[in-house]
Amino acid sequence: MRVLIPLPVVLPLLAAAISMALHRRALVQRLLGFVVLTVSLAATIAVLVEVRADGPVATQMGAWPAPIGITLVADLFAAIMLVVSAATVLAVFVYAIGSPRTADAALFFHPLYLILAAGVSASFLAGDLFNLFVAFEVMLSASYVLITLGGTRDQVRTGMTYVVISLLASTLFVTAVGLVYAATGTVNMADLAAKIGDLPEGVREGLGLLLLVVFGVKAAIFPLFFWLPDSYPTAPAPVTAIFAGLLTKVGVYAIIRTQTLLFPTDDGPSLLLLAIAGATMLVGVLGAIAQNDVKRLLSFHIVSQIGYMIMGLGFFTVAGIAGAIFFIVHQIVVKTTLFLVGGLVENATGTGALNRLGGLLHRAPLIAVLFLLSALSLAGIPPFSGFVAKLALVQAGLEVDRFVIVGVSLGVSLLTLYSMTKIWAGVFWGAPEEDPPLVGARGDGRLAAPALMVVPTGALVLLSLAIAGAAGPVYNLCREAATALSEPSAYVRVVMGT
Amino acid sequence: MILTLAVVIGVLYALGTYLLLQRNLTRIVLGLVIMGHGANLLLLVAGGPAGRAPLVGAGPESTFADPLPQAMALTAIVITFGVAAFLLALAYRSWMLRADDDVEDDVEDRRIRRRTDEGADAQ
Repeated sequence: MRVLIPLPVVLPLLAAAISMALHRRALVQRLLGFVVLTVSLAATIAVLVEVRADGPVATQMGAWPAPIGITLVADLFAAIMLVVSAATVLAVFVYAIGSPRTADAALFFHPLYLILAAGVSASFLAGDLFNLFVAFEVMLSASYVLITLGGTRDQVRTGMTYVVISLLASTLFVTAVGLVYAATGTVNMADLAAKIGDLPEGVREGLGLLLLVVFGVKAAIFPLFFWLPDSYPTAPAPVTAIFAGLLTKVGVYAIIRTQTLLFPTDDGPSLLLLAIAGATMLVGVLGAIAQNDVKRLLSFHIVSQIGYMIMGLGFFTVAGIAGAIFFIVHQIVVKTTLFLVGGLVENATGTGALNRLGGLLHRAPLIAVLFLLSALSLAGIPPFSGFVAKLALVQAGLEVDRFVIVGVSLGVSLLTLYSMTKIWAGVFWGAPEEDPPLVGARGDGRLAAPALMVVPTGALVLLSLAIAGAAGPVYNLCREAATALSEPSAYVRVVMGT
Repeated sequence: MILTLAVVIGVLYALGTYLLLQRNLTRIVLGLVIMGHGANLLLLVAGGPAGRAPLVGAGPESTFADPLPQAMALTAIVITFGVAAFLLALAYRSWMLRADDDVEDDVEDRRIRRRTDEGADAQ
């Protein structure tokens, strides 16, 4: 089964190369992308089943043994993330093909999208810090081009900020890798887990903080999130959706991985992480409330929701980390869906500005239903997946008596609901203040929505409902993953081959 | 030797940070590239003192330089090179669109400034 592990990385990369060579043949590109992403999804599901039954699996690329070689390792946490991200990537790919006026037509969209998918998978599988850096770079390089794909003035303006900030974080990452290597003589995370404990307290804390800053920029935690709400909304809808769903979560994944594996602590909840979590939630949601554009509003919500994941990690208990993993799974699906719905609205009306929209409930009831289901889920209303995820986090917080942060998180939920109501009232209720240009209007006054865009959006909504419906088994799975994270001996043994 | 390199690394980081704080995209790119050089040197220094080329059969293993940081530095150089080229293309595109390559304020900043201006006018 070890042969399956590199597939989610290698297949999209190969397909990207072929797709680039065949860039004049749109149909071949679409079919190729669809088949490859479907096969990747199947492979990740097989890995998840395997890992759950038999424990972590590792493989050494190029046959150099760990800790020197390129280690790909899938433990339960990585496998869960792989499956969810592969499913999301596939859904957004179909959506992109279905969008009439957006990215799919652009030259090299397909290869870039596949490279992005490969980079995301590689980040989840990376077994050492340097390969994590390379995987990040593969993912980010593709994202740099995707975010500026149209070359419009706005995209160039925001793309600059995005690229400069990401590149600065990457330089810091290389610095961190160099310092870790200088201190310990290894960058393999399993090897480090054993060796980093021998370092003096101050050195270890310094390295931990440096890595937290590096991943914090990618994950958009407070106060390093400022680049995100400005740069994401200018890209085409499918691109924004996949960025919103996956890129920040890869950063969160890296934070959880390094904090649990390299810097475990017995001191109980981490005040630093909880303070960051609270500030991220609060600032994000307040920023969202002030916005007047669907995509910008949702972009601030990305930041706000990251806070919940950091909160779960900050408790440093199995329950807290399990809650965080559950929340990430829920968030990837729901956030992507919301941006896809935002894209549907823009596609149907030609604008995302709240004060220019209105009355879509009657003209596009299907879009309204899709939005309502995912918005309620984001706000954490029962019985949707957001409720289950937040319940898990709140319970974990109460177990360790962290009432303040739990209170903040519940308050932020209310504000989230408020801002979702703002979209609902602005876009779907009432009459438009001025007639929006009805790009997609049909004869009966209803707005058209291409089937290839609606079907993947609907599929993701169903997936989020399924997560809520199967909350018990999914939570147990997350709990197993969290237990494995808090006792990394099996992970270390598999990587080091001892 | 390591001390000299440490000083050089520090100077490169300082220079890079200074250039990064400028408004002009060309300078920012230069700043990032210089900082990247600092990071690559740091990787090399992390590998310990210099030694012979680490080729199998070229001598006893204890005289070799550590090859792992060298491999990492090479990879990092390639990545920085690619992204810097992309940034320069972006700067050129910005220059074509607006005849300068200054980094613009983001939408939020401009909105806040407009509000303070309006407030000042109202008074």
